[in-house]
Amino acid sequence: MKITFVAADGTRTQVQAREGDSVMHTAVQNDVDGIIGECGGSMMCATCHCYVDDGWTEAVGGQEEGESDLLDCAASEVRPTSRLSCQIRMRAELDGIVIHLPESQL
Amino acid sequence: MQRIVIIGSGQGGQQAAASLRQEGFSGEILMLGEEPGLPYQRPPLSKAYMANGDAGALLLKPAAFYERSAIMLRDGVRVTAIDRAARAVLTGDGARHAYDHLILATGARNARPPIPGLDAPGVVGLRSLADAERIRRRLAATRQAVVVGGGFIGLEFAAMARAAGVGVTVVEATPRLMARAVSPEMAAHFLDLHRAMGTELLLGVQAAGVLTGAAGHAAGVALADGREVAGDLVLMATGVRPNAELAEAAGLACANGILVDATLATADPAISALGDVAAFPGPLGAPLRLESVQAAVDHARHVARRLVHGDGRPYAAVPWFWSDQGKAKLQIAGLLSGADHSLALPQPDAAPVVLLFRQGRLAAVETVNAPGIHMAARRLIGAPQDSLRAHGYDLRAAVKAVSAA
Repeated sequence: MKITFVAADGTRTQVQAREGDSVMHTAVQNDVDGIIGECGGSMMCATCHCYVDDGWTEAVGGQEEGESDLLDCAASEVRPTSRLSCQIRMRAELDGIVIHLPESQL
Repeated sequence: MQRIVIIGSGQGGQQAAASLRQEGFSGEILMLGEEPGLPYQRPPLSKAYMANGDAGALLLKPAAFYERSAIMLRDGVRVTAIDRAARAVLTGDGARHAYDHLILATGARNARPPIPGLDAPGVVGLRSLADAERIRRRLAATRQAVVVGGGFIGLEFAAMARAAGVGVTVVEATPRLMARAVSPEMAAHFLDLHRAMGTELLLGVQAAGVLTGAAGHAAGVALADGREVAGDLVLMATGVRPNAELAEAAGLACANGILVDATLATADPAISALGDVAAFPGPLGAPLRLESVQAAVDHARHVARRLVHGDGRPYAAVPWFWSDQGKAKLQIAGLLSGADHSLALPQPDAAPVVLLFRQGRLAAVETVNAPGIHMAARRLIGAPQDSLRAHGYDLRAAVKAVSAA
């Protein structure tokens, strides 16, 4: 399955993802700039903040418990489509998902 | 500055290299790592990795990152000496690497208590990926494990081993669990939690030695009070020691770590130290050495800003820690040391939230499975107790009030 990351400057990068891996993990392992994931997906930071593309928000679903509090600490603007990418696990319905990256994570 | 050498390829060394590039350093970066392979995350070794065995998932960055960032990584290389006069480091393969600035990110190693039997097969430590691989291989054939040390690593392992159906006894020398890291209230909560998992916990008793069986294999642990605990796997989880010997041999001041100033520089302006090995001025004035991802990463960013931009601000990041034990995610913001007052706030059907104060100000907050309260706490460390009382100690409400002000 695939994920397309769209950087703040509009640059698009498509990468292969494994089912069950998080969007954060996929970005880090594919050397995608713009996702840090400092805590490794332990819900200890907000450095994997992303914006789910409008066409995918329904398939992705809502935030996990505590996620909005972490997003309050995100470096870039929080929008209704904001998620922590460590909390989005890849599954068949998300194949082809488009993820927009914020200006900054720190 | 043309050439920066980093000794250590753990999370701190890796972050230093990455941050130097992010801050715009265009000279050479050479990272010397004693462990084989690319830099990886240690925290999951006692957690997710034990469950899934996926070593690839631990990498901090793929190989392509180091290539595109022009970060030279020499792995499996041991640094034998620092020649400060010549500004060069010597490695075990006979090479000599000159530096304009040297970053010591040598980390820590497992402590070995002075008890007999630690070399017996079946006695393991858990610090590196190689350690974790060894434990995973043995665990499948293990029926009963003894964990010496009731700190984060020992308890994370205990929870994981119980989930895998292995019997576990934890032996802790002090009267409570995680004595260095959490309040008595939180320690009591975790004691109940581990008992409910079926783990036997022996507190206030020291391990006196490892018992061996017929083939010399570990068969359990002898306790100082004469009791014996049987087990075919013995995990020694009795804390770590900083890897400060190289610095000490080079004449740098060391006392439980490499002593650095508030900018994380040693007395030699060409050498900085960071992460687990660095003893930096803490909020109470005394040198403070933290063993955490947070310190490794925040130190590294701080050093990179100083080296690239000459930013001389003192390091002052709020420390945070976490430990996943079974389904319980323990999160700590701030520092417990010096706390003179604590407040345990009971939560319905959940672990308490423990607030610790020092001289009327919030010093630390402990939470379990409450990332929102933890994140709020990180922004409130240092806040006067009165300002929190005014919000009924609802930290999320308090932080919103602060941001609105």
